[in-house]
Amino acid sequence: MLYIKCPHCGLRSQNEFAYGGDASVKRPELNKEISDQEWDEFVYLRKSPRGKHLELWHHVSGCRQWIKVLRDTSTHEIFNTYKSEEKVG
Amino acid sequence: MQKYSFLSLIKNAFSGHKGWEVAWKDPTPKKEYDVVIIGGGGHGLATAYYLAKEHKITNIAVIEKGWIGGGNVGRNTTIIRSNYMHDENGLFYEKGMDLWRSMSQDLNFNIMFSPRGIINLAHSDAQMNAYARRGNSMRLNGIDALLLDREEVKKKVPVLDFSDNVRFPIFGALMQPSAGTARHDAVAWGYARQADSMGVDIIQHCEVTGFDISNGKIQGIKTSRGDIKTKKVGLCVAGSTSILAEMLNMTLPIETHLLQACVSEPIKPILDHVVTFGAGHFYCSQSDKGEMVMGGDLDGYNSYAQRGNLPTLQHVLTEGIAMFPFLSKLNMLRTWGGIMDMSMDGSPIIDKTHIAGLYLNCGWCYGGFKATPASGFTFAHTIAQDRVHELNSGFRLDRFSTGHLIDEKGLGTKTWIS
Repeated sequence: MLYIKCPHCGLRSQNEFAYGGDASVKRPELNKEISDQEWDEFVYLRKSPRGKHLELWHHVSGCRQWIKVLRDTSTHEIFNTYKSEEKVG
Repeated sequence: MQKYSFLSLIKNAFSGHKGWEVAWKDPTPKKEYDVVIIGGGGHGLATAYYLAKEHKITNIAVIEKGWIGGGNVGRNTTIIRSNYMHDENGLFYEKGMDLWRSMSQDLNFNIMFSPRGIINLAHSDAQMNAYARRGNSMRLNGIDALLLDREEVKKKVPVLDFSDNVRFPIFGALMQPSAGTARHDAVAWGYARQADSMGVDIIQHCEVTGFDISNGKIQGIKTSRGDIKTKKVGLCVAGSTSILAEMLNMTLPIETHLLQACVSEPIKPILDHVVTFGAGHFYCSQSDKGEMVMGGDLDGYNSYAQRGNLPTLQHVLTEGIAMFPFLSKLNMLRTWGGIMDMSMDGSPIIDKTHIAGLYLNCGWCYGGFKATPASGFTFAHTIAQDRVHELNSGFRLDRFSTGHLIDEKGLGTKTWIS
């Protein structure tokens, strides 16, 4: 069982969360001319690293906020969690 | 190579089983090969076998970081089927079915192929309609399909819950009678033994640490056991694809995820077919030893850990008990996990890349095992001829940017959507 520290609610079990994928992916800007290549990168291409991975989780059975989690994909260790708008650095 | 037969068994029994030869050698890597296959799993070994058998290329190395049979080829739930709707998948997997049927003879190794049939349960009228459509598509591609009504399912699988108080009552099912199971270790060992006998070097405990590329062409690879020169490299590393892709500066439409399976304690024969739950993601078959072999959903987050987490197992087995109430009385014997190369449309990739001499085989999602022979057969063709075979012409790497997705079930990495 993963325990994820929601920045709004505190430490909660994985059962309360839904996964939302790689948080480093940026949607191309609105109203900008976008090439097929850029859409491809945004929609389909993923680094999928082994090691540290910044990812989105949705506290769907809790405060219903989206949060960011820095987690190791080979050990499942969670290093830190952030609010969705928080800068990670 | 020593041929396995009833006679050789008797002969060796009388000499105390001391006369058996090793099934494959343990060579030191040479300086140069015509083709290097990275990944000594089912797909890599099958590719080497078909390169040697069909294309007469035998100066091949298969490089494996671990040991033969230790990865996904030994971690799957051994199911073989071709019940797909889209032509790209149906024709590809049906070629695989032909290869499965003759595999024990071809490899001189009993892979214990058991065409016991797969039954996909339907739990609504809409699902029955969808299955009728899928069954018809399968039959148009020459794949056997039967639409079963509730009574027919009851006759074939009486241990399912047919009571009135279930949340998802059984309306019927789609069955592929020629589908089945095979002993997965034997598949890896059989391919390894035959490839070795034709001159392929199977190099275990050898990790790839880098690639030598110049002028857009592959020149060789760097490994933990020295550099190897080669003009052609095939990647067959399933869940580790993204790690190698990073060394190649490539970003791929795949994510690595964790999938679990489990077996119960052995019981007397109770289930004659492979059965899948239609209202969730759970499937079950009974092994020759009597264990109930079960699997279901991904753990749901990117992972390279080859071990699972209990919430998913609980979720999967809850579905199992809803289908087969008797499972609740069984003890669990073993659970394990493997890492899957999940493609974004749920279909595989077998293609050339922008680097000349580098070929890619990945994106197998939940279903790499059944594809083993067809994947090896078409990938060997792609490498030897430097062009795709018609059977893998749809499994292109660029189909995501061009919009030619093969969305068989709309299942990809985004399990939270499906």
